[in-house]
Amino acid sequence: MKKLLLSGIAVLIAAVFALPQTLPAKTFHHQVDSLMISTADHTKFKVLQQEFTSGPEVTKACLTCHTEASKQLHRTKHWTWDVPMKDGKRLGKKHVVNNFCISVEGNEPRCTSCHIGYNWKDKNFDFRSELNVDCLVCHDMTGTYKKLPAGAGHPAYEVTVFEKKTFPKVDLSFVAQRVGHPDRHNCGICHFEGGGADAVKHGDLDNSLLKPGKKLDVHMAVGKNELNMTCTDCHKTEGHQVPGSRYEPHARDVHGFDYPLPDDYPTTCSSCHGLKPHKQNKKLDDHIDKVACQTCHIPAIAKERPTKMWWDWSKAGKFDNNGKEITLKDASGTPLYVTKKGVFRWAKNIAPEYRWFNGEMNYITFLTKIDDKGVVAINHPDGHSGDTLSRIWPFKVHRGLQPYDPVLKRFVKPKLFGPKGSGAYWSDFNWGIAIQKGMEYAGMEYSGKYKFVETEMYWPISHMVSPKENALGCVECHARDGRLKNLGGFYLPGRDTNPFVEITGFLVILGSLFGVSAHAIMRYLAHKKTTSGGAA
Amino acid sequence: MRKVYLYARFQRFWHWMQAIIIFALLFTGLEVHGLFKLMGYETAFNIHNFFAWGLMGFILLAFFWYITTGDFRQYLTEGNLLEKIMMQVRYYMVGIFMNEPHPFKKNEISRLNPLQRITYLMLTLVGLPLQIIFGFAYYYFNELVALGMNPGWLEPIALIHTLLAYMLIGFVIMHVYMTTTGHTLTSNIKAMVTGWEEVDD
Repeated sequence: MKKLLLSGIAVLIAAVFALPQTLPAKTFHHQVDSLMISTADHTKFKVLQQEFTSGPEVTKACLTCHTEASKQLHRTKHWTWDVPMKDGKRLGKKHVVNNFCISVEGNEPRCTSCHIGYNWKDKNFDFRSELNVDCLVCHDMTGTYKKLPAGAGHPAYEVTVFEKKTFPKVDLSFVAQRVGHPDRHNCGICHFEGGGADAVKHGDLDNSLLKPGKKLDVHMAVGKNELNMTCTDCHKTEGHQVPGSRYEPHARDVHGFDYPLPDDYPTTCSSCHGLKPHKQNKKLDDHIDKVACQTCHIPAIAKERPTKMWWDWSKAGKFDNNGKEITLKDASGTPLYVTKKGVFRWAKNIAPEYRWFNGEMNYITFLTKIDDKGVVAINHPDGHSGDTLSRIWPFKVHRGLQPYDPVLKRFVKPKLFGPKGSGAYWSDFNWGIAIQKGMEYAGMEYSGKYKFVETEMYWPISHMVSPKENALGCVECHARDGRLKNLGGFYLPGRDTNPFVEITGFLVILGSLFGVSAHAIMRYLAHKKTTSGGAA
Repeated sequence: MRKVYLYARFQRFWHWMQAIIIFALLFTGLEVHGLFKLMGYETAFNIHNFFAWGLMGFILLAFFWYITTGDFRQYLTEGNLLEKIMMQVRYYMVGIFMNEPHPFKKNEISRLNPLQRITYLMLTLVGLPLQIIFGFAYYYFNELVALGMNPGWLEPIALIHTLLAYMLIGFVIMHVYMTTTGHTLTSNIKAMVTGWEEVDD
């Protein structure tokens, strides 16, 4: 009864606080015919009406009209895989250490299946080549253009079988005549399948975003009355420079709305939602200086497809009794052990980890001397509660074991991909030789000794934004064992207590209760005595 | 024994509103502090802030009433206050068990004993205003930081607010118990409802 009354009061008060709903979202992209999309119908271009035998031939045709396109592409990190940092470090896919496939160098023909070019099969790749720019991978509107997994960026010019998968011959002429503004499948072909397969790497990017429901991604949801936004609506690209960097992220956008005056980073939430987005609740806006939008609005990562959380390379190289390679899968077909790669662990629909983040990612490189006594952070977000830039951000943290040089205390670049006899680990299964070959190829010093060390790598989460009704509730963090229970350095209401205050409070309450009880008992006894004694 | 009219209608109204508000604030405040999960953090937080305005409103209203009616004189004491307080304390510690009469008689002109005077005065002039100030500083923390307050003060503000709340619980426990020390066990509470109290002749 008492509970009923209480909840009744609560409902009444909640009703007072509930304010009118905002307008329903409108579809971001209106259905229009092809004429509204482009002034050019590429099927009408004579130069595209020919049989192409290779990707570079198509590029040559593209360049007859788009004369400066390749030069523009040459300036992007999609092409260079090289990002010079302010502190002199060289990042970008070409340079960084990671704890998935460890290093590009030495494994080019495999890794560069996600390069926006052709022919990057070794370190002699000509970065000035205009014909080697791959226009189609980003502009194919047919969904039929696919690069071969180990083709140094080329698609299948003939029917090709790779690791039991058949890749049909790509009709280059057909594709070249049906090009357009990049859609989600173009970006997704590499970014959804980073790490080698769907959902492996990021945790917030996978093929479920091709046709997501509203709960998966409120912006990209497709269907009636959904926003149907695509990648480039936020990654608003000019001159082929796609904004939004994992090397130089923006942990905090103090500029706000990008209209009428845009800034250089249109990918932030604030670019569209402004700096005070919570119209109905001032207290939520009070959080913005310390909590990234993503933290509450992306309550879970890998919502529909499992993402890789653990990769232990040290367990690779085991064979069954017949000497055959082993592949262990769980019931859903997710690999748990692969002889070439080692042990994997996966997770689906899990809470991310939270860290203070000011935008500095602190990557280590293959030249950094590491402390091998504990877990090595390949990158880690900088920041703490006290500074004005830092906010609490969600991360997918990918952990695992990978080889390093215990003498020089540096990470090593094993040669993984290559034919039998090349020393590549995936063919010859000898770490010593694979690392030796990889380091030789890279021209880097190697002591000849290797060990495995546990590493972790942080992937900031920004995608798969949930509808507001699915955003984190207060108590997810404002609780003793909430999501932020391990994030120190600041006072969090509902989580933190001070022993002095709690003990004092406890003593005050207990003392009062004890005091009045004792007093009452003494009064009762005294009263009994006086009444039995006959006194008034 | 006779009946005296001790509490004006406004005083009774104010008292019981204050009681409801303080109870609601303590209850929701403890949930916000993470001591239990009942109505949910967000609901507790919203109700807490709603009643915080109520508490402040009623305190200001009471100040206005006490000043304009002159009833604040009830809180003034002639002579040695400390000595009189000690007499009252002695009564509660010793006299009450000996069936001694109350050291101060209640009547229309003087309805509060010296211990009540100092306690309620301190509560209304110091305790609750402090709690309200710290509570509002807690709620409007961002605005205060924008005005130049050190962001590191969040913790001390929160801790003081919590500590004062615990002390307020202690007060409520003792206050409720003390209501039973009147002429009869319930005469004090009845008086706060009807305005009329039975007192010794």
